[in-house]
Amino acid sequence: MRWRRPRTGPRRRRFGCLPILALLVAAIALLAAIALRPRALPDSEPLPSMRAPVQPVALRPASDFAAIADPMARSVALFKEAGHVIQHPRCLNCHPRSDRPTQTDAMRPHSPAVLRGNDGHGLATLRCTTCHQTQNSEASGVPGNPKWALAPADMAWQGKSLGEICRQLIDPARSHMTRAQLLHHMAHDELVGWAWHPGGRRTPAPGTQAEFGNLIQSWIETGARCPA
Amino acid sequence: MAFTLSINGRARRVEDDGDTPLLWVLRDTLGLTGTKYGCGAAQCGACTVHLDGKPVRSCALPLGAVGAAQVTTIEAIEGPQAEALRDSWVARDVPQCGFCQSGQIMSALALLRMIPAPSDADIDQAMSGNICRCATYNRIRAAIHDAAASANAKSDRSAGA
Repeated sequence: MRWRRPRTGPRRRRFGCLPILALLVAAIALLAAIALRPRALPDSEPLPSMRAPVQPVALRPASDFAAIADPMARSVALFKEAGHVIQHPRCLNCHPRSDRPTQTDAMRPHSPAVLRGNDGHGLATLRCTTCHQTQNSEASGVPGNPKWALAPADMAWQGKSLGEICRQLIDPARSHMTRAQLLHHMAHDELVGWAWHPGGRRTPAPGTQAEFGNLIQSWIETGARCPA
Repeated sequence: MAFTLSINGRARRVEDDGDTPLLWVLRDTLGLTGTKYGCGAAQCGACTVHLDGKPVRSCALPLGAVGAAQVTTIEAIEGPQAEALRDSWVARDVPQCGFCQSGQIMSALALLRMIPAPSDADIDQAMSGNICRCATYNRIRAAIHDAAASANAKSDRSAGA
């Protein structure tokens, strides 16, 4: 038979459930008070470029350059202004340095990995028209145009300075165009015109195609001089 | 607006907005659910159908742009290459989850009809717009080679007979 040993020291204090619960509630209330304390709203920041609304950029009209007396300097200035269009991603994406186009304002390699093909409209087994139709598709976001294609390899612009592009444009061996044909391409071609109506969140080329055409026309009329 | 489409050899009348992607019409209006919705942005190839024999992404093809073209979906493909592809797909156990496979087969069929004995490079280029999240690419490529060999052997036998 076991006997309970008589308690000799002071009696140990015992905690019941209620004090522990009260402590927990107090801790939760304290944390909630800290988390929900009134704070100043963060300063507003510009939207990331992917989500920012498209802001059209103006192009200086050809008449702005009439004050330049020297025709050679005027010609160069006109081409430099036109260069804001020529070196815009909407144009450069289809004038790649390789056989693969680029896309988006960041000019990343086209996805899927399509290639130029013999006629600039893609390989026979993966044509541009597999995805690109005759107009921009709002539902899918895929851009489109009846003439959707890459520029010929001789007309590659990516990685070149504006001066190099200029000299390439006026070299018939590489541009495959007379100056009249070049002016028509720049001022009236509907695929070039797509650059000002790209749809979706794509940034349009600066100005309008008509303003760009006027710049090119004035540049040709002043001797088609190129920047260095 | 009403459109009369030629789908799998049958004239089908549908009433819808001309901007509606063909994929919606195929799946929701006509119940041809073999063609899959993957990304809706012509990035994955799951919705591939044939338009006059050429592969197109039906999610990016507006109804109003179809016109009189012959639309063929996975439900109606036939012929020696289609049969060879079906057999090689089964033999190689190509699909894993299977979601992209109808698009893969539509692209593979268009390739074999254009290039009866494709190289690895031909296959990679033609199929680069068809994404497989299970990464069955090696089996897809092998099955296309098998199907090409089988379809060509069959056509050689029938030519020799």
